[in-house]
Amino acid sequence: MMIDIRDLQVRFGRGVDAVTAVDGVTLSVREGESFGLVGESGSGKSTVLRAVSGLNDEWTGRIAVAGAEQGPVRQTGFYKLCQMVFQDPYGSLHPRHTVDRILAEPIAIHGLGDADARIDRVLRDVGLGPAFRFRYPHQLSGGQRQRVAIARALVLEPRVLLLDEPTSALDVSVQAEILNLLRRLRAEHGLTLVLVTHNLAVVANLCDRLAVMNRGRLVEEMSVEELRRGAARQPYTLQLLRASQGYDRATAESFRDYA
Amino acid sequence: MADNKTAHDAPLLEVSNLRVAFPTRTGMAEAVRGVSFSLGREKLGIVGESGSGKSMTGRSILRLVPPPGRVSADRLAFNGEDLLAASPRRLREIRGRRIAMVMQDPKYSLNPVMTVGRQIAEAYRVHSKAGAAEAKRRALEMLAAVRIRDPERVYDRYPHEVSGGMGQRIMIAMMLIPDPDLLIADEPTSALDVTVQMQVLAILDDLCSQRGMGMIFVSHDLNLVASFCDRILIMYAGRVVESCRASELHAAQHPYTRGLLASLPRIDEPPGDLPVLSRDPVWLTAGREA
Repeated sequence: MMIDIRDLQVRFGRGVDAVTAVDGVTLSVREGESFGLVGESGSGKSTVLRAVSGLNDEWTGRIAVAGAEQGPVRQTGFYKLCQMVFQDPYGSLHPRHTVDRILAEPIAIHGLGDADARIDRVLRDVGLGPAFRFRYPHQLSGGQRQRVAIARALVLEPRVLLLDEPTSALDVSVQAEILNLLRRLRAEHGLTLVLVTHNLAVVANLCDRLAVMNRGRLVEEMSVEELRRGAARQPYTLQLLRASQGYDRATAESFRDYA
Repeated sequence: MADNKTAHDAPLLEVSNLRVAFPTRTGMAEAVRGVSFSLGREKLGIVGESGSGKSMTGRSILRLVPPPGRVSADRLAFNGEDLLAASPRRLREIRGRRIAMVMQDPKYSLNPVMTVGRQIAEAYRVHSKAGAAEAKRRALEMLAAVRIRDPERVYDRYPHEVSGGMGQRIMIAMMLIPDPDLLIADEPTSALDVTVQMQVLAILDDLCSQRGMGMIFVSHDLNLVASFCDRILIMYAGRVVESCRASELHAAQHPYTRGLLASLPRIDEPPGDLPVLSRDPVWLTAGREA
């Protein structure tokens, strides 16, 4: 197992204001697998990802990545193994750093050396090429920025890529390019992907297996093959499937809240 | 406008050769380049990617393009009245009362220091001679009409105390309380979860058919527009490249529209590379009348 999560619980706030964002989630992702974590806003899907990535240190339960048990605070070596790409490439890149500097920083932090060749290689890898190396984020389109964000994650040659809604801020034509890129990178580098999204079609395109979350709990796990056949077992998942098939007056009427 | 019920009506809105331009250091940049369409009492979708000019088209109808942007058109008429020649005073009468607009994110469109009920009541009082009690009664009715379960309680809440879906329903209540003839909705459900999105669309759908209101629905979501609207304009680089009935979007002819449709991942298709859109420079100049 590349990622093994047991009974993960994440709470925010204290006393009467306490909110349980993730409530007893157990799931595992095999090496080389592409796993989708699906849910609506507030379902806790991003919180699970942030706990795995070490961005959130207030959790209980057990998280193991590549066989190593993880505590709340991660060692530097963890980030060489496991990197994250965020939703909004307009917010996740330093506006006053060039692409070169953005990519050089993780190399310097991990003391890898050979920065020049690494940056050159990773830029080609994400389909940008050396011409983009000394540009600033504002000189790039949204899709190009997301490629830089993916390059920043890949420059450390990680084995796991955590993706938090990596295409939902992009136009559909650009989304297609990024999904194709992620598929190619996964095949070439044998990456394990965990993709958090609200978009079932994106999961169907990129993942092998998925888990559906609602209000902090894991509702259902299924293969993408089952998703494609509409073979969901839980009513919540079925409702999500119907909602993603476009607007229909009668269907909208049938929706209810699942606690 | 092939609908029988609209065919004999005069169009609600006529737009001919609409242009929106912004001065830049290198000359005028045109965001909208000669858009023409007419709208009856129907749901018209305007679809396009970011930068296609779809939002600017919606805003320019209400003359809400911020300076130094410039709007020009051969004709921009609402119920036969020339909007480009209208005085600022006349425009204020039209905005909200006759043509209303719903924006994408309720977080930024509601006044954060005023209860939502008072905001809705205010929208009613500005456009009518009603007193405070009458306005409150109407506001509560309107909250119920957008299916808010406990209108009395929500009336006294502040915007930060309501969810995104409820905020958007409150926005819609506020926009519809003066009973406008035309609603311009700019990505009204993009910030919402899919199930909430469908519920909000159902409310808009009902209000359109019950009140005979016309609607312009601006969105980047092809499938959503195809399933919700009657007719669609597809915009690319400031022009309408194709217009079709929503039910016939799958049979679209223009390579841009076809490329967009193909690039959408689908749940019922096996994983694999998606066709990537290659943009033909010809699309920049070959516009179409809608």
